[in-house]
Amino acid sequence: MSLWKIAWRSIQQRALASSLTGISMALGVMLVVAVLVIHGVVNQSFMNNSGLGYNVVVGAKGGRLDLVLNTVYYLSRPVENIPYTYYQEFTEGRFKPYVDKAIPICLGDMYQEFRVIGTTPDFFKQLDYGGKKYEFAAGRNFEPDEYYGAVIGATVARQAGLKVGDEFQPSHGAGPDAHQHDPFTILGVLKPTGTPNDRGLFINMEGFYLIPEHAKPLDDEPAAKPHSEGEHHDEHAHEEKHKHAERKHDPAHADETTADHEKDHAHEPAVAKTSDDSPPVDKHEDGDADAHKHPADSAAKDDHEGHEHAHDKEHADDKAHDHEHSHAGHDHGHDHGHDHSHGHAHEPLPVEQREVTAILVLTASVGGAPPELMAPGLLKKVNKENLAQAVLPIREMSSLFTMFVDPMQLVLLGLTVLIVIVSGIGILVSIYNSMSERRHEIAVIRALGAGRRTVMFIVLLESILLSLGGGLAGWLVGHGLIAALSPWIAMQTGVSIGFMQFVGYELVIIPGLIVLASLVGYLPAMAAYRTDVAKALSATP
Amino acid sequence: MLLLKDVRKTYREPDGSVLPILDVREYQVGTGEQAVLMGRSGSGKTTLLHVIAGISKPDAGVVRIDGCDIARLSEAGRDRFRADKIGYVFQTFNLLPGFTAIENVMLGMSFAGRSADGQRARKLLERVGLGHRLNHRPPMLSVGEQQRVAVARALANRPKLLLADEPTANVDAGHQQQIIDLLRSACREENVTLLIVTHTPEVAEQFSRVDRLEDFNQAVALA
Repeated sequence: MSLWKIAWRSIQQRALASSLTGISMALGVMLVVAVLVIHGVVNQSFMNNSGLGYNVVVGAKGGRLDLVLNTVYYLSRPVENIPYTYYQEFTEGRFKPYVDKAIPICLGDMYQEFRVIGTTPDFFKQLDYGGKKYEFAAGRNFEPDEYYGAVIGATVARQAGLKVGDEFQPSHGAGPDAHQHDPFTILGVLKPTGTPNDRGLFINMEGFYLIPEHAKPLDDEPAAKPHSEGEHHDEHAHEEKHKHAERKHDPAHADETTADHEKDHAHEPAVAKTSDDSPPVDKHEDGDADAHKHPADSAAKDDHEGHEHAHDKEHADDKAHDHEHSHAGHDHGHDHGHDHSHGHAHEPLPVEQREVTAILVLTASVGGAPPELMAPGLLKKVNKENLAQAVLPIREMSSLFTMFVDPMQLVLLGLTVLIVIVSGIGILVSIYNSMSERRHEIAVIRALGAGRRTVMFIVLLESILLSLGGGLAGWLVGHGLIAALSPWIAMQTGVSIGFMQFVGYELVIIPGLIVLASLVGYLPAMAAYRTDVAKALSATP
Repeated sequence: MLLLKDVRKTYREPDGSVLPILDVREYQVGTGEQAVLMGRSGSGKTTLLHVIAGISKPDAGVVRIDGCDIARLSEAGRDRFRADKIGYVFQTFNLLPGFTAIENVMLGMSFAGRSADGQRARKLLERVGLGHRLNHRPPMLSVGEQQRVAVARALANRPKLLLADEPTANVDAGHQQQIIDLLRSACREENVTLLIVTHTPEVAEQFSRVDRLEDFNQAVALA
């Protein structure tokens, strides 16, 4: 009979005390596993996610970490904005030599608890995550001219119950004062990426600009009340007649913008807010391909090809447009039954009234060198000016972890290790207390020929079995708990953690438990070692 | 087989004085012999058995078993020797309650440096009439059955010498003879030297050799 079995039988004999000490150890190990895995995986994921196809984030001056948390993780509160013209410096201006890709994003709106991100289709075309291209579980990316088109992340689709073809209205801020905005139509649902993008609703930046309060007031108009979360201002600013002879336009629409374009009228948000339930109606007077389509039509077109053209045409024929404007040489009539257009056409917001929250930049690779080599030069150039700041997301996240998260983890880990040690002391007390009643048994085993070291080893094995058994149970419960909390963690952070997600440090748990068990088992083992066989045999069992 | 020569054993009293327990000039038991040792309470019977088994070390003298003076062995050496060559049946059986009958027998084999022989353990239990109780734990067995398990355990390692310390003291009268018969027949079959300590005259009178400890233990005689 092996010594393991002898030790196990002894544990079985004291089932209640053994179970309680085992549970105590399990709880301790469960907490250690939870702290290790959650920290390790979140750390890893944060680090991975800080490189989503770009290596520099440019935004308004202010907290660098805030900028990263906002633009990369969609956490924290939105930061200030920077002028659109500044963004153009990255695409065609003085920063261009440093830049390979520059994707603008606009933040400030929410849908339920999810962040709404205004951006361009290039976000999904040019960026990637972990070297993988974005894929759609359903639908497709929005096109530049689909102003009210949107793509949503997998978590949003699942939790908000949204699907392709559905509409949603972003709201500004949260609570009863939140403003309801124009509806956007979902054209695509992303496959899960395990990144914060799973929790985002990505809308066409052009549509974002047309949302009330998202236009920056011009210098010669009365100051609008500042926005609660950013630099968005009253939408009426763009109602004024304004010549844009010299304006630069959004590159996506540069071909659509004439140098002498005059904005006769603009999006009428006050009207748009009085939404009705009439079906969307698009009017394309000349059937131009460049006309700004309502994405609902496009989405429907995906599903009902061949039908929608007739529908559009019918409406185009039947319905007179309230507003029309010349755009890139095309007359464009656009009439929606939705509150955002309500019978008038859309026109891109003038550059002067545009702002972006941040620019996601992948620095250029020169002569085959890694893009990271260009980043310091770009950072230096941007940061020496007062207008904006450029940060390296990976560096900021590393700093965050080094300064705050790592010490916090250390404290938590220290506490949980203390719990494990206390559990270990529980094992010590349990076995040691049993020694007085087991002294006779030990003497019998000795009388049968077991040496002092053998009985000592049996007691140590008992301690190890209790620790490892409890530890294994704790490990399983810990991972089970993490798997159970995974959806919540994913919702909060965009990071998915599975049951079988391990951290290297977990490998230390088993030898750690053996060492702990040996230490706490040493005292009772020595008691067994010192047992006076003749005396113990003489005592009544 | 067993030779005790000039064996002395003393205990220190709480007041520091020395209490002599054993002072045996010479005592022998031959190979395969079956002997009874009688003595009044406190005469040192159990201490003598402990010294013979190597559980206690004598202060002086020779304790030769199967040609080996175990008094000169280290404690670990005596443990190994005991596991290999000596079987021990206790007055209170001393079965481990967490182990089944067969596990208790195999436990006796676990420290002899050989792998436990489950087949022999089973045969021994069948030999003592407990083939149907192999997996019963001691609390589920009668006292007579428990002592039979203890006998089987003592024989597990094919010992040269079997020591039985009042093996029938806790067994009801109806089973006393059964235990004695079992010990005698089993030792005869395996050519094991048997030394039984008993208080019971009915047990003693069945053996051809009966020794009284007081007759050869000078420590008791002088007390």
